[in-house]
Amino acid sequence: MSTPVNSTNAPSESDEALPGAADNGPSGVSPEAAYLLGLADDAMVCAQRLSEWMTNAPQIEEDMALGNIALDLLGQARALYPYIGSIDGTGRGEDDYAMLRDERDWRNVHLVEQERGDFADEMARLLWFSAYQVELQTALSGSSDDVVAGVAGKALKEVRYHLDHASLWVVRLGDGTEESHRRMQAALQRVLPYLAELFDDDEASVTAAGLGVGVLPSSLHDAVVARVRRVADEASLVLPDNSPWRSRGGRAGIHSRPMGYLLAEMQHIARSHPGATW
Amino acid sequence: MSGVPTPPAEKVADRPAEKSWPLWEVFVRGKRGLSHVHAGSLHAPDAAFALRNARDVYTRRQEGVSIWVVLADDITASSPDEKDSFFDPAADKIYRHPTFYDVPDDVEYL
Repeated sequence: MSTPVNSTNAPSESDEALPGAADNGPSGVSPEAAYLLGLADDAMVCAQRLSEWMTNAPQIEEDMALGNIALDLLGQARALYPYIGSIDGTGRGEDDYAMLRDERDWRNVHLVEQERGDFADEMARLLWFSAYQVELQTALSGSSDDVVAGVAGKALKEVRYHLDHASLWVVRLGDGTEESHRRMQAALQRVLPYLAELFDDDEASVTAAGLGVGVLPSSLHDAVVARVRRVADEASLVLPDNSPWRSRGGRAGIHSRPMGYLLAEMQHIARSHPGATW
Repeated sequence: MSGVPTPPAEKVADRPAEKSWPLWEVFVRGKRGLSHVHAGSLHAPDAAFALRNARDVYTRRQEGVSIWVVLADDITASSPDEKDSFFDPAADKIYRHPTFYDVPDDVEYL
């Protein structure tokens, strides 16, 4: 047991020594690329989870709504991946990032990778994530990087709609029947441990913020909480703020159990049939 | 988020009759200057959601700049049974069409 085993699940400190191993690795060379990869992966994984609601939402109209939101997020990721490939020096395209990276190379927070719960769980997640995204994309609209600012400007209109959609549902569920109130309140409690990660200032975001490209995640915290609190108040829900534990590690490629299953489902066609087109 | 307890399966007979969301009729205006045109119908719990569902169902390919939603129950429609008495009497009254005027060539929009 004294010799470290080269496993796809163990972070390797000598990727360069392994032929081909670094090809689809994270974007460690450029801090800007590493920062943007976190944002793109959040959007990509959240899109995958939301798309699971197709045919599973309360009504077909809600299937469409969540599918549209998923497509917006997919579009945000697709806009960022090729740009990340151009600045991290690997020249990778969107399929390389989305379909050919292993779990340890993903930089999304744990919030977006958690399994689909009930509808209240999804609305709690969407409320927090879109409130965070509204503040994030607002700040990134002023990025010193023109591409980042452009993607953020377009995304801002989309995520405002996502926040609106989640807010309407949370208010209706919180203010609806005894049953819907109980389940919405429980969902707010269940999502709580995954929120702190959104506001962690990791090395890549500190550097990107220093360059004027990105924004310090911690600087978004108060505004995001204020947005969610307004919705919770209107919904006569209590916003819980005291979690006995918190998730961490997503931005460093350490993920929770559901992530591997998500990637297996999302990537298996592309990996089973390399280069296939349709 | 995971580990949500699944409620035990209940017999269909035990459930109260499922209350469906009301039906809304959707009217979309394609661009400024045009009228709203009936696009279809959908279910929604209330007007705010009907408007948003209409946005997601009927304008996702940039079909519109404005949407109206109306509760289907609030629309009073002519009956197909009354079609003859409603519409046929207009058939032989061609003088109601403004076709007996000479329109000068340089009048563009008429």
